Amino acid sequence: MRSSVPEPQPKPSWLTDPQVRAWLFQVLAVIFVVACGWFLFHNTQTNLAHRGILSGFGFLDNSAGFGISQHLIDYRESDSYARVFVIGVLNTLLVSLIGIALATVLGFVVGMARLSPNWLLRQIATVYIEVFRNIPPLLQIFFWYFAILQPLPGPKQSLALGELFFVNNRGLYMPAPSLSEGFMPVLVAFLLALVACIVCWRRASVQQELSGDSGWWRPLGVGLLLAVPLLTAWALGSPFTWSVPTLSGFNFRGGWVVIPELVALTLALTIYTAAFIAETVRSGIQSVSHGQTEAARSLGLRPQQTLRLVIIPQALRVIIPPLTSQYLNLTKNSSLAAGIGYPDMVSLFAGTVLNQTGQAIETMAITMSVYLAISISISLLMNLYNKRIALVER
Amino acid sequence: MDKHVFRPSLPPPALEVGVLGWLRGNLFSSVGNTLLTLLAGYLLWLIVPPLLDWTLLQADFSGSQRSDCSGEGACWVFVRERFTQFMYGFYPAELRWRVNLTVWLAVIGAAPLFMPLMPRKPIYGLGFLLAYPLLAFWLLHGGFFSLVTVETSQWGGLMLTVVIAAVGIAGALPLGILLALGRRSDLPAIRVLCVTFIEFWRGVPLITVLFMSSVMLPLFLPEGMNLDKLLRALVMVIFFEAAYVAEVVRGGLQAIPKGQYEAAAAMGLGYWRSMGLVILPQALKLVIPGIVNTFIALFKDTSLVIIIGLFDFLNSIKRATNDPAWLGMSTEGYVFAALVYWLFCFAMSRYSLRLERQLDTGHKH
Amino acid sequence: MKQVKFPLALLAATLTLGSVTQVQAGATLDAVKKKGFVQCGISDGLPGFSYADAKGKYVGLDVDVCRAVAAAVFGDAEKVKYSPLTAKERFTALQSGEVDILSRNTTWTSSRDAAMGLNFTGVTYYDGQGFLVNKKLGVASARELDGATVCIQAGTTTELNLADYFRAHNLKFTPITYDTSDESAKSLESGRCDVLTSDQSQLYAQRIKLAAPDDYVVLPEVISKEPLGPAVRQGDEEWFDVVRWTLYAQLNAEELGVSSANVEELAKSTKNPDIARLLGAEGEYGKDLKLSKDWAVQIVKQVGNYGEIFERNVGAGSQLKIERGLNALWNKGGLQYAPPVR
Repeated sequence: MRSSVPEPQPKPSWLTDPQVRAWLFQVLAVIFVVACGWFLFHNTQTNLAHRGILSGFGFLDNSAGFGISQHLIDYRESDSYARVFVIGVLNTLLVSLIGIALATVLGFVVGMARLSPNWLLRQIATVYIEVFRNIPPLLQIFFWYFAILQPLPGPKQSLALGELFFVNNRGLYMPAPSLSEGFMPVLVAFLLALVACIVCWRRASVQQELSGDSGWWRPLGVGLLLAVPLLTAWALGSPFTWSVPTLSGFNFRGGWVVIPELVALTLALTIYTAAFIAETVRSGIQSVSHGQTEAARSLGLRPQQTLRLVIIPQALRVIIPPLTSQYLNLTKNSSLAAGIGYPDMVSLFAGTVLNQTGQAIETMAITMSVYLAISISISLLMNLYNKRIALVER
Repeated sequence: MDKHVFRPSLPPPALEVGVLGWLRGNLFSSVGNTLLTLLAGYLLWLIVPPLLDWTLLQADFSGSQRSDCSGEGACWVFVRERFTQFMYGFYPAELRWRVNLTVWLAVIGAAPLFMPLMPRKPIYGLGFLLAYPLLAFWLLHGGFFSLVTVETSQWGGLMLTVVIAAVGIAGALPLGILLALGRRSDLPAIRVLCVTFIEFWRGVPLITVLFMSSVMLPLFLPEGMNLDKLLRALVMVIFFEAAYVAEVVRGGLQAIPKGQYEAAAAMGLGYWRSMGLVILPQALKLVIPGIVNTFIALFKDTSLVIIIGLFDFLNSIKRATNDPAWLGMSTEGYVFAALVYWLFCFAMSRYSLRLERQLDTGHKH
Repeated sequence: MKQVKFPLALLAATLTLGSVTQVQAGATLDAVKKKGFVQCGISDGLPGFSYADAKGKYVGLDVDVCRAVAAAVFGDAEKVKYSPLTAKERFTALQSGEVDILSRNTTWTSSRDAAMGLNFTGVTYYDGQGFLVNKKLGVASARELDGATVCIQAGTTTELNLADYFRAHNLKFTPITYDTSDESAKSLESGRCDVLTSDQSQLYAQRIKLAAPDDYVVLPEVISKEPLGPAVRQGDEEWFDVVRWTLYAQLNAEELGVSSANVEELAKSTKNPDIARLLGAEGEYGKDLKLSKDWAVQIVKQVGNYGEIFERNVGAGSQLKIERGLNALWNKGGLQYAPPVR
């Protein structure tokens, strides 16, 4: 402190004014990014023109001309690339949805096992988690596909389960239902029974509130739901005819087939992601304070009820956000299908189509925007859910 | 008058202590629990003995060709025969000492950093971080100071995997921290740019990005300018992981109480100094476990370069399993690969746990 | 912050200076001469065409194409660097200048020639698509393949031909599409698919990668024309000529009876004017191509004439044992015909 009287300060230069600097920074950053973008765009333009490469999205209408091993909608070789794209997206969604459902179930089971009072179970769950989350998913896919599924016997030596289900290295074959005449009446009967069942359950809740006992309303509802459609089917004939796979020529024909590529991919993604989900579930449950359990027990709730009614609803709030990112990871990891020839979007559209047309920029742009769209919509949905759950909190 | 003599206390009930007590408490405490124990025991019985049988008891370890394997258990001869290829890929055999030296230098150079009593650790660490990459590049790639050039196309095996992971980590960390700062910045333009960058890279799968680097990037660059295939993949890996690091670091920045920012400003520190001296040291300490987890993910992600045809560890094993002389060795190959990846990832995760405990100075809010 | 991203990339790029090469469009030959080697795009593992042996050294017909070009340009067949490319990467790699020659058993088609910015310099191997099956299936003709599961490699012309053929003959099939030929071969081996389809030369190459090659046969049908050849970038006539005439020199050498054994001898003492012109004893034909006078001598001496490289890599002298067939010289019943050096 040389003097207590402030010396007259020179007027600060405009360069040191924080606001001016902020603007300057931002303008520079934007200019830089725009310049980079223009640089890349310009290069691409000149490169494409110089090398005589076609561009534009016109190729989507052209006929594809190649076969696809798994398509959820009808497909013939003469169909357009646009349809190939739709098939790729559907295949990606299929494997992601199955994977998400299975991984959630397995993850919750293992997560609970991690907290089980049973020592042996706890150890098994720990080993499972530590092993599978530390091995790259691609390696797990290769392992299931090349080491486990491919050495299965061929179609002629299939492992059969009662002449209806067959397992071989071409996939899992099972009977497929197709609609028959009896379908409409049974569907109508089922819908009516469903309405009746819901009414019964409502009644049951009301009665429980009044008397503490729901009486026979619940069993009645379930009974109706089962009996009415079955009786209709018995009276009017089965709603489905079953097409059973039979060996003819090289392969089984008829029925549904789950190709081994799909099985390997689903197995690997499920097992890998479930290990992460299990950890999420464990930490979520542990985040609920022990007082909650004690309070619930002192109210007379049984351990099962404590878990279901008190712990899990609170734990979910902690679990949901990381769970979302696991779902997103699983969806993105499904693109590893390219390694084993499952026709997902990346291997089908960004692979085969890109190569047949040579239009790398267009196909990659479309593929990436689909993934961006999927990831943005999953996070939006989860945010909505998060908000709904958060409202419960006071 | 008789003195009251206490009887000696009874030993605790046999069922509550010792082995029996432990068993009862942990395995057979109720009917349901007993059932679970039996079930789990059965599961172990199904899995463990055959696994042991296959991997160790019935396995073949000696020999040099396929016919030396009995076929009853694993044939580790395959892994042994191809071991050098798994480690170095096609790196010229007579130059492999350069790879070994690089690894030893890393171990010796980094060792002081783990010694608690080492003086001037930060300065040494920084120097090491700056000098080592150049040295490693010189040793591995060569091409100047009288070392023969080894093209990156000859790099392969575990060595390539480690190179990708190490460069990815070294590049992604600073970039990720900058992105996180940008995302928390007061300047709207910077914030928007950073958010877009982060969300884009987090939204797309790494493999599409790698595809892009291998088939599209050359189209974006000026005519004739050519980046090495490995370098292109590395840049993509760095951007991709930086986006994840950014999100982790942002979590740490958000956890720092506002008072710290205000205190730093009150001290007259500018933006960079308040971040560098006050905020980041605290924030990074909070998120070290998260960052290590990102690195574990990065290490596993390196296996994806197989899709663009680089010869990393997994690819060299996959190639070896296609060798006509060793067909049918997929299981052995993949199990070995899994073991190696697992060792690396597990070690990292344990280290992060230890670090977390060490750095826990008890300033919990 | 965003602006860090690009300088970082550039920094990384400059650090690896060795990997940045400047190639001017339209001057590939000069650029190649300046950098001192030919960058050659090859496939990632196809016995007979381009295959890394146990020491990581590439050998094969496609590899020899590049070696011959290097011999012509530098007089040293070893001045080649190889980039193994997947089917997906190959065209972009050539377009972007990453490789100077794409010699990766690539089929010459109109769309690749016109829409993808490539020029094919000639045909090194006349091929056709065929089928490889296990003998156990008891199939003698492709017509019997109704309902079969077929393994193919993604992004090839064979993928399209296959669909066309089965559609034209009213047969059904299930395709299993893999990224690499290794995976298809493995799947055929395990029985995941009944048939492997590809260019016939590749089928022979794949077959020797199987555990028991003799259990598999190549069906007689050839369902398409697959002229395979090296490609270069469009718009660089000079380089195009060098690559094209390297192949022609090898064909002419075989036709004239010039081989690696007698080429030096002949170059000094030949009386045959055709041979003299080819080997540079007469005229300045090398100079026209901006090459040295003895360019063809170097090609034949170090790599061999066409017949020699064929026999060595895919013919009788190799594991593949493919007949010359269409690839015999025109005067021996084949299609290989080279314009004269004059």
